[in-house]
Amino acid sequence: MASQKGVKYAINVHDLTVAYDYKPVLWDIHLQVPEGVLMAIVGPNGAGKSTLIKAMLGIQKSITGTVEVFGKSYKEMRKEVAYVPQKEAIDWDFPTTVLDAVMMGTYGQLGWIKRPGKKEKKAALEALEQVGMLPFKNRQISQLSGGQQQRVFLARALVQNASIYIMDEPFQGVDATTEIAIINILKELREQGKTVLVVHHDLQTVPEYFDWVTFLNVKKIATGPVKEIFNDDNLNKTYGINYKVAVNQ
Amino acid sequence: MTQPQLEIQLIAAIVSVACAIPGVFLVLRKMALISDAISHSILLGIVLGFFITQDLNSPILILLACLVGVLTVVMVELIQKTKLVKEDTAIGLVFPALFSIGIILISLKANDIHLDVDSVLLGELAFAPFDRLFINGKDFGPKALWIMGSILIFTLTLLLLFYKELKLSTFDAGLSAALGFSPVLIHYSLMTVSSVTVVGAFDSVGAILVVALMIVPAATAYLLTHKLKSMLMLSVFFGLFSSIGGYWVANLLDASIAGSMATMLGVIFFTVYLFAPKKGLLANLFKEKRQKSEVQLLAFLLHLHSLNEDNDLEERCVNHLYMHFRWTKSEADNILSLAKENSLVYLDGDCIYLTEKGNDFSERAIQFITSNRGEKIEGIKEDYLLFRG
Amino acid sequence: MLEFLELIWSDYTVRIITMGTAALGAILGLLGSFAVLRKQSLLGDAISHAALPGIVLAFILTQTKTTYVLLLGAIISGLIGSVLINSIVKRTHLKTDTALGIILSVFFGFGMLLLTAIQKQPDAAQAGLDKYLFGQAATLMLEDVKLLIAVLGLALLILFLFYKELKLLLFDADYAKTLGINTKYLDVLITVFIIVAIVLGLQTVGVVLMSAMLLAPAAAARQWTNSLSTMLFLSAILGMISGVLGTAISASQDNLSTGPVIVIIAVSLVVISFIFAPNRGLIAKRVQQRKNKKLFEKIKDDAATT
Repeated sequence: MASQKGVKYAINVHDLTVAYDYKPVLWDIHLQVPEGVLMAIVGPNGAGKSTLIKAMLGIQKSITGTVEVFGKSYKEMRKEVAYVPQKEAIDWDFPTTVLDAVMMGTYGQLGWIKRPGKKEKKAALEALEQVGMLPFKNRQISQLSGGQQQRVFLARALVQNASIYIMDEPFQGVDATTEIAIINILKELREQGKTVLVVHHDLQTVPEYFDWVTFLNVKKIATGPVKEIFNDDNLNKTYGINYKVAVNQ
Repeated sequence: MTQPQLEIQLIAAIVSVACAIPGVFLVLRKMALISDAISHSILLGIVLGFFITQDLNSPILILLACLVGVLTVVMVELIQKTKLVKEDTAIGLVFPALFSIGIILISLKANDIHLDVDSVLLGELAFAPFDRLFINGKDFGPKALWIMGSILIFTLTLLLLFYKELKLSTFDAGLSAALGFSPVLIHYSLMTVSSVTVVGAFDSVGAILVVALMIVPAATAYLLTHKLKSMLMLSVFFGLFSSIGGYWVANLLDASIAGSMATMLGVIFFTVYLFAPKKGLLANLFKEKRQKSEVQLLAFLLHLHSLNEDNDLEERCVNHLYMHFRWTKSEADNILSLAKENSLVYLDGDCIYLTEKGNDFSERAIQFITSNRGEKIEGIKEDYLLFRG
Repeated sequence: MLEFLELIWSDYTVRIITMGTAALGAILGLLGSFAVLRKQSLLGDAISHAALPGIVLAFILTQTKTTYVLLLGAIISGLIGSVLINSIVKRTHLKTDTALGIILSVFFGFGMLLLTAIQKQPDAAQAGLDKYLFGQAATLMLEDVKLLIAVLGLALLILFLFYKELKLLLFDADYAKTLGINTKYLDVLITVFIIVAIVLGLQTVGVVLMSAMLLAPAAAARQWTNSLSTMLFLSAILGMISGVLGTAISASQDNLSTGPVIVIIAVSLVVISFIFAPNRGLIAKRVQQRKNKKLFEKIKDDAATT
């Protein structure tokens, strides 16, 4: 699959292969994410979705593969990428308030030693406003519900003012109101020309929320606009069983 | 060998077997450090027992020590329930507190009893033969032998009677509960047995060696097997070997028997850790290296396979390997020669093509990968690869 | 108590010892917070035991009992233990608690083997090394105190410079990596400092009780605040109080090691915190439960009457 010359992709993954403990988790992934899409990454459990984004971000070691962001290496373009990890991976009993947690998103821009100041606080408060968590700014994070925690994580990423947002299962374990709030923010980001990648677990909502989708099951099965490729054929290839989903054509 | 020497070894052997058995379950249940906690906190029980009876030989001491042992576990769990601190923090707070109270009580009230630091922590195995059991004037042998011997028999009996329940609740607590074997009961029984064993062994081998005897043989066995029966037998074997071997080394160096036994246990553990077939460190490093080459080879072949439809010449060239796979020159050369040796590819000038065999291999590999049955790859690797990485 | 305070002014030795245990308490409180937040609570227990062979070997090799030499031996031994623990956990299916238990008992046993083997040497060598088992603050000298204050200063400096990076590392290491923070270096830095703190504390608290001193001030401090900086500060203060009080009380009695007293005070502070802290404390929680219950009943009543 040749990359088209001259077209700049937001993210370009070449030949990515990851193996945990001798079991292949991701094989030979080629993925090109065009700028400005709101893309879902779907696949069964163990398909390597989280691993894919962790490998893209350099958190997970890969056996082979390169990742380019806007044509340059990820390391150079770090500031353009904001990560929203799974909230289940954090110890929420950590002593910090909501505002503090969101301000952590500014640390990358500050560099070493410099302290977050008024500018950073303002940015954090704005992000909290955007996700609807401003009244909770002084709350200890352990007192938050799942949905509220997710919003805090999203705010932390928004503060980074990145061009690309990568999220790992943001709708897992959140209430319906939060889900709607988040997807609206993601759509807004897309309106602003940003690129959003979301590891998503709920096939039902893919056509409604996303415009692009990538089917992943250790290998990349297909990627493209939802309208074109979100069909029974690809669902079967990915999930291995006869999976019928009502797709609004 | 003199009789005292024989007796010491016998006691050491019995202690090690008695400790190895509950130790296996502690390790499997991820509760290894409870043994450390109990072995320190029981000092308090001994001290309280002494204050009550003023008699170092009274069985009340042992009883109170056991109670304090179980109390330790109960306190730790109470604290865990409050969720104010994490699990291990609770352990790290409870046993030093109890131990400290014990030490302070001794210093304040029992000034004439010399608290020999070494004996608390190391025990006095060398003196065990001199503390003998006299009934009606007849010498029945060292007390430690009888105490630990009874504990061992008690433990073995419980083990034989409740083997199934122990096994089930350790490996599948949910199922165990569903079948009516209360995991709580089994848990506290295990804690009580551990406590009793620690108390019994404390006198002869001291706090630290008890921990070593409970955990290290079991951990070593766990590196070699996942079957409960084998694990128990191997632990017993390692415990025995270390106690006898440790004794003779201590003899040679004229040093603490307990310290020597613990050291010997460590040596055995690290030997197995390094050299165990399949799981040992060296075996793993070798396997990793081979796996890495083979995974790279597989990635390479699958990449070539995906090119078949496009016939993109640029991506077939040797140079592509360096750029897009991020391999070093030596890695790339290695993969290429491995592929050629196994007749999976052939070169046409600077470009690489899959042979029929290589094509077959790739397709079968893809099937297995996408059906998430990565382990089967080992099988087809064996079919196709004469030369491994 | 009052005589003790007077003594601090008048008696040089008392002053030295008090400053030393205060500095030590602060160090343990600070670094203990990191250990607790990193979920490595019992690492302190394992490392303190693992330090023993280093101390004895240092003595055997150099035939001196200078603090610096012995501490260096302890640090090296502790580092080796820490590396082995990590490698066991990483490369086998054995879990952390098992690895900690192995290193703890084996290293300590080995240390005791060496200690008892040299017992026969003519200058009764092991007498001085015994203090490492239960701690005896009375043996603190000016050089020790200088060292403690220097380490405390260094720790505070590092904390000040890298506060936000350390905070993020503790909270969400993966995210920190994506911001470009070098988590590996910081991790190693924290571990080394924790080991140094433990080794420094051995003289005063002793091997057996070290785990509590690393955990108690942090566990107590956590209950009173939701801010990391406040927790660190409070933890250091509580550590200081335990250290100084503990030393004072044990000094007033004959034949009483400082370690146990310091630990009892520290753990008492934890118990007090568990019970009385606002919001998290058990009393506060009980009060809140009652309030909720009353509120709920009121709602029920209102709903029933409308």
